[in-house]
Amino acid sequence: MATATPAVDQAAFFEWLCRMGDNCLILGHRVSEWCGHSPVLEEDIALANTALDLIGQTQLWLGLAGDVEGKGRSADALAYLRDAAQFRNALLVERPNGDFGNTLMRQFLFDAWHMEMLRALQGSTDARVAEIAAKAAKEVAYHLERSADLVIRLGDGTEESHARMQKALDTLWPYTGELFQSDAVDQAMVAAGIAPKLEDLKAAWDRSIAEVLAEATLSVPGTSFQHKGGKTGRHTEALGFILADMQFLQRAYPGGTW
Amino acid sequence: MQTAAKPELSEVWHWLSQVPDPEIPVISLTDLGIIRDVEWQDDTLVVTVTPTYSGCPATTVINLDIEAALRGHGIDKLRLERRLSPPWTTDWISEEGREKLRAYGIAPPVDGTAADGRLAGRISRLAGTSNLVIACPRCGSTATEKISQFGSTPCKASYRCTDCLEPFDYFKCI
Repeated sequence: MATATPAVDQAAFFEWLCRMGDNCLILGHRVSEWCGHSPVLEEDIALANTALDLIGQTQLWLGLAGDVEGKGRSADALAYLRDAAQFRNALLVERPNGDFGNTLMRQFLFDAWHMEMLRALQGSTDARVAEIAAKAAKEVAYHLERSADLVIRLGDGTEESHARMQKALDTLWPYTGELFQSDAVDQAMVAAGIAPKLEDLKAAWDRSIAEVLAEATLSVPGTSFQHKGGKTGRHTEALGFILADMQFLQRAYPGGTW
Repeated sequence: MQTAAKPELSEVWHWLSQVPDPEIPVISLTDLGIIRDVEWQDDTLVVTVTPTYSGCPATTVINLDIEAALRGHGIDKLRLERRLSPPWTTDWISEEGREKLRAYGIAPPVDGTAADGRLAGRISRLAGTSNLVIACPRCGSTATEKISQFGSTPCKASYRCTDCLEPFDYFKCI
């Protein structure tokens, strides 16, 4: 197993791994906020299991990020002891849960990207990245099937559920563009063969989205404006509230374990 | 001072086959197929374990149970290693393990039916015409329906038998 990638800039690799890990961490935390509050028990369990998978994947990505950085930071240290400006997640995953439909729409838009990303990463030149991707892809396949099913059921459901799903789509759509915009970090990963070019994932994502939305009787918003900034640490105010909740214990009782 | 004799690896595998899964205690860790390797490196016993789901909370308990069991058999120098690749698959659950699951009330996985993230098959699944046939572990009827793709542990889905009306867990494929 390859354990070093001397050809790639390690600082950029660390940044990129934080993006992968932080997407999973912040979405996992957001989804876990539903625990005990879902409309029905089965959905509560499904949301909690999805959150659990994402947190498990976070441990793998941020664990590797800590190894690559080489400063002795563990996955826990990265999760609990960085402030908002050091987080590298896309803005989409930090958006508030809203209602159940909004949560599932956000999940679907992300899952469809996540699936394509993990498929491509299984061919990474870095064996550690490829094996995490292979593991995570099996779990994300279930996430995507579920979120797609629910987007269709709710979109093509009652007048009320349809209206809510369309509103969710309109609200979240401007946060999807960031998932496909490469910057210097992404380009360094492409050059080293570690990760795919983000723009190349767009066509497959568009197909999944179009197929599911058509069946859900929902319309892709006409707006072309897209927010960006999360992956370089410029976040919406929502992230600070997430961290205040998620990091409370380690802030109040530094180093606390049980 | 004499070094204690190193137990045969077959003996170690036998010990591990008696360690129950913490969440589904009716099957052992070897039935589950998560013990990937056991070997002596000099005088240290190295046990390689692969996680089922990356976030499965039982993983930590499993490692503690392995350690406790092997120490109980007199193994002092022990190291556990995590192996992610190849990722765990339900195909590795032993035949014996599948029978134990069924007897316990959990429908064993139907191989080759793992989700692959392709959305094309979705329409038939939504219409309830999926060709995935899960037999009720209680009455054996194949008139069963999926309640949720997720269940009481990360590895299970929730089903219901429409004949005997029993709700049951299905050990889903990954």
